[in-house]
Amino acid sequence: MLTIWAILIDGLIYASWLFLVAAGLTVIYGVMRILNMAHGSLYALGAYASASSIGWYYASGGDQLWIAFALLAGCAIVIGAIAGFIMERGILRLMYGRDEVLMLIVTFALLLILEDLMKLVWGTTPYFAYQPYAALGRFNFGVLSVSGYQIMVVGVSVVVGAILWFWLERTRTGKILRSIIHDREVSEAMGVNVRRMFTMTFVIGAGLGAIAGGFTAPIISVVPGIGVEVIVVAFAVVVTGGLGSITGAAIGALIVGLARAASIHTMPQLELFIIYAVMAAVLIFRPNGLFGQATARKI
Amino acid sequence: MGHSLQPKSWQRTLLGTATSLAIASTGIVGFAGSASAQEATFKVGLVTFLSGGASGPFGVPAAQAAETVIKAINEGTLPAPYNTKGVNGLQLESVVIDEAGGPTKQVEEYRNLVQRQNVDAVIGYISSGDCLAVSPVAEELKTFTIAFDCGTPRLFPELESPKYFFRTGLDATADNVGAAHYLKETHPDITRVAGIQQNYAWGQDSWNDFRLSMKQLMPDAEFVDNQTPQIFQGSYGTEISALQTSRPQIVHSSMWGGDMEAFVAQANVRGLLDQATAVLTTGESGFARFKDQAPDGTIIGGRGPFGAFMPDNDLSEWFSKAYEAQHGVPPSYPSSKMAQALLALKYAADNSGAKGKPSNEQLASTLKSATFESVSGTVRMALAGGHQALQPMFYGEYHYSPETGPELRNIRSYAGACVSPPDGYDAQEWIKNGFPEADCN
Amino acid sequence: MMRLQKTEMLLVVAALALGLSSLISPDWLVFTSTLAIAAALVVMGVVMLMRAGLVSFGQGLFYCIGGYAVGLGGRFLGVTDALALVGMGIVATVALAMVLGLLLTRYREIFFAMLTLAFSMILYGVLVKSHGLGSTDGFGVVNWSILGYQPDPGHESATGLWLAIVLALAAALFLNRYFQSSIGLACEAIRENEVRVEYMGISRRQVLYINYVIAAALGSIGGSLTALTAGHVDPTMAYWTISGEFVFIALLGGTGHVAAPFIAAFIFILVRTYAVELFPNSWQLILGVVLLLIILFLPKGIWSLFTQKRRAEA
Repeated sequence: MLTIWAILIDGLIYASWLFLVAAGLTVIYGVMRILNMAHGSLYALGAYASASSIGWYYASGGDQLWIAFALLAGCAIVIGAIAGFIMERGILRLMYGRDEVLMLIVTFALLLILEDLMKLVWGTTPYFAYQPYAALGRFNFGVLSVSGYQIMVVGVSVVVGAILWFWLERTRTGKILRSIIHDREVSEAMGVNVRRMFTMTFVIGAGLGAIAGGFTAPIISVVPGIGVEVIVVAFAVVVTGGLGSITGAAIGALIVGLARAASIHTMPQLELFIIYAVMAAVLIFRPNGLFGQATARKI
Repeated sequence: MGHSLQPKSWQRTLLGTATSLAIASTGIVGFAGSASAQEATFKVGLVTFLSGGASGPFGVPAAQAAETVIKAINEGTLPAPYNTKGVNGLQLESVVIDEAGGPTKQVEEYRNLVQRQNVDAVIGYISSGDCLAVSPVAEELKTFTIAFDCGTPRLFPELESPKYFFRTGLDATADNVGAAHYLKETHPDITRVAGIQQNYAWGQDSWNDFRLSMKQLMPDAEFVDNQTPQIFQGSYGTEISALQTSRPQIVHSSMWGGDMEAFVAQANVRGLLDQATAVLTTGESGFARFKDQAPDGTIIGGRGPFGAFMPDNDLSEWFSKAYEAQHGVPPSYPSSKMAQALLALKYAADNSGAKGKPSNEQLASTLKSATFESVSGTVRMALAGGHQALQPMFYGEYHYSPETGPELRNIRSYAGACVSPPDGYDAQEWIKNGFPEADCN
Repeated sequence: MMRLQKTEMLLVVAALALGLSSLISPDWLVFTSTLAIAAALVVMGVVMLMRAGLVSFGQGLFYCIGGYAVGLGGRFLGVTDALALVGMGIVATVALAMVLGLLLTRYREIFFAMLTLAFSMILYGVLVKSHGLGSTDGFGVVNWSILGYQPDPGHESATGLWLAIVLALAAALFLNRYFQSSIGLACEAIRENEVRVEYMGISRRQVLYINYVIAAALGSIGGSLTALTAGHVDPTMAYWTISGEFVFIALLGGTGHVAAPFIAAFIFILVRTYAVELFPNSWQLILGVVLLLIILFLPKGIWSLFTQKRRAEA
């Protein structure tokens, strides 16, 4: 019984992290049809930004937790948005209209570049900004404990998901974005400034990726290479849930998160494949993912 | 849709010609580059992780240690018996290569180092996979090579009659047999043991050796769980929950680097380390970094007498001061191990009896079965026919206070002959048979 | 038919020249060339798929199987003949590809790329978990011979190069004909417009399936050659970033000509090796920048610099 509770809690925690990471990726793909391999690097950028800002803050004697959190979120968003803006305006813009897969390769090149740029700026020493994580303590349930920080992250991802949903469903900009997702050419014909929407979408997606990294930083040790590790998992969740669908990303994250927690607690040998197995299984039955839209074939 | 970026026809011809010339010239440079290296310097190739997750805790500290030691060798400022300038009088020049990319790539890079860059010796290799792949090539190319850190026990059993390949560090078997001895002496009453290892060869081998040793030394201990997260996973929430549900008293881990630090911090906050004591076989690399994240009493090892476990002698004192002066932090165990490998090189060169640059054969025959002084005390190349170092294993308890900083207490050491199998024994068989011929006094 | 003969003759001449150059090349160059040829073979598989409009981020799967077949065959079955080992790799790979192809040919674009990535990562996971196969350390390859001829020490690299050249030449000549054949042309047609191909009565799935299996076999040969040359196999061969490198090289060379992957592979390996040597701390950056420049300015790859075709300026 204890194990079941542990699986549910751990699954939920992992799923919320997965959703935060995958949300930006799926938004960008939905609107722009770009599967951004550099998303992992944006995540890492956010992690480095928040880790170094928190580290600086505590080293210079600060001790207000709320300031640390503000720094964490703020620095990550800002750096993610700026990086996203530069990437979109500078490089991706030159590639619009080309093959979708060519875009994937361009983002792969950006991944390589950003990896080394981050290494040159932040070095290779691990950054360890654990204070916010430690400060939120834990809740004990008998032998099990749940970290307060992780609960907060669940809350953050729910809030982010809600904001995204609200924005896409209820605001005017959101509706415009959905029309672009549905059919870019017709939207353009109806007067939508698709280019500006693209930039905005990419900046938001990049910011989301960076926030995911920013909130993860206090839990882990930020080292070179964390971006690369995250990409494959994020892709798997996004593809499982259906490219371009926020709901899909959330459900996909939940499925993958629970499956993974279950396997770790009961059959640890499967842990390495469980994500891919889930993705492959979903794709076999629903070739476009859970909530993906089949694109109309042009004849 | 915007201007075309396609180059015009004359630009394409130009680019085409330029590309052809570039390809041709790299080929020619390749031919020319095989000219013999200068005679006045001894060129050593250093291979260590400069990118990826192993660079922060291991690769870069090792490269930094190399800088410090090579500078001192060339200036002649090392303490005795290494106070002569250079290696056998020759200035030491280094070429640093990133160990990233996997064993196949490293085989390629090793051949490039030896055949294109004409190095006179190679020191390096943190990853066991790289050691295993490169060692036969070192024998094939007859180049004096020292592995300074890789921990696979398979290295010499799989290398037939080595002549040129040496290892000045200890392997995972020594680490884990030592850990079992330490637990037997300091926590003799424990009954529930769990583990968490990174899911790859190093983690699998470590846990295996530890379990087998514990079965021999503490047969009443029950193994309640072993978690195997992916390497570089970073976040261990679920694994910690699983460990908590099995209520261990000891948690053994061979995790290293950022993973180890993250696990310790997370386990501490979650309360796992209130319930259990962690045994970290590579914990010394976090000695200066844990601060109050690792609870007092956490057992850490440095893979031998390295880093904070270095005994007090002239060399270790000089090294600690010089390294900290140049790099700002005290040296951790990877730095000490690199220093040791360089001292082994200098020893081999100085005592080779060669006039001028010693040949690979002279270096190899000098280091074989040698005994030399190092930052870790006396090193005896006594295993694997004289190619593998034999040194004591150290473990201690970590304590921290904000005023005095980190310190090690309750340090115990176990003789090399106690924790490493003698030649001719397979490591697992040696442990399973109750450590025959071990000398633990 | 004259053009075909000319291309093929040029290929044979180039192969002979490369092989003979091994007599005067330094050993490291011979070694690197062999690795480049092995990589190019895998890239040829990627190119085959690209011509059908599919990008595979999972050729590492077959590359790894080919390598491990060589390693396992030598170590556990006692086989030491290089050709037999390569053959074993092909058999194992084709068997797996025939199964996977049934699933994968249903997908296109991103899904195809992601599924191929997933399968190669699954193999990676399986190998890492298998302690008996050495997990991430891998294991060494035994000394090999070809049809009874055992290379003398010192001539091993040259023998490896000749073996690679012969296999690569055979593959190149085969592909040259294949691209002109009805299946090859059908692949390109599928890339342009699938539905019309279906209307014409050609089974898309069958064409793509055959294409996929042949590409897999090529990947396997490349992996076997790499294992024979480097003398070591490890699970990294199945990691997605290795597959990414193959895609990189495919784009570098372009899909225009059978020789393009070879030139691109040589350039890539040389650039990477010098980047690692000269910029040990930022060679990934250099590779990324080079890739970007290629895509931006030479989307059809380096080969487009050498073709006679002039496209009308926009």
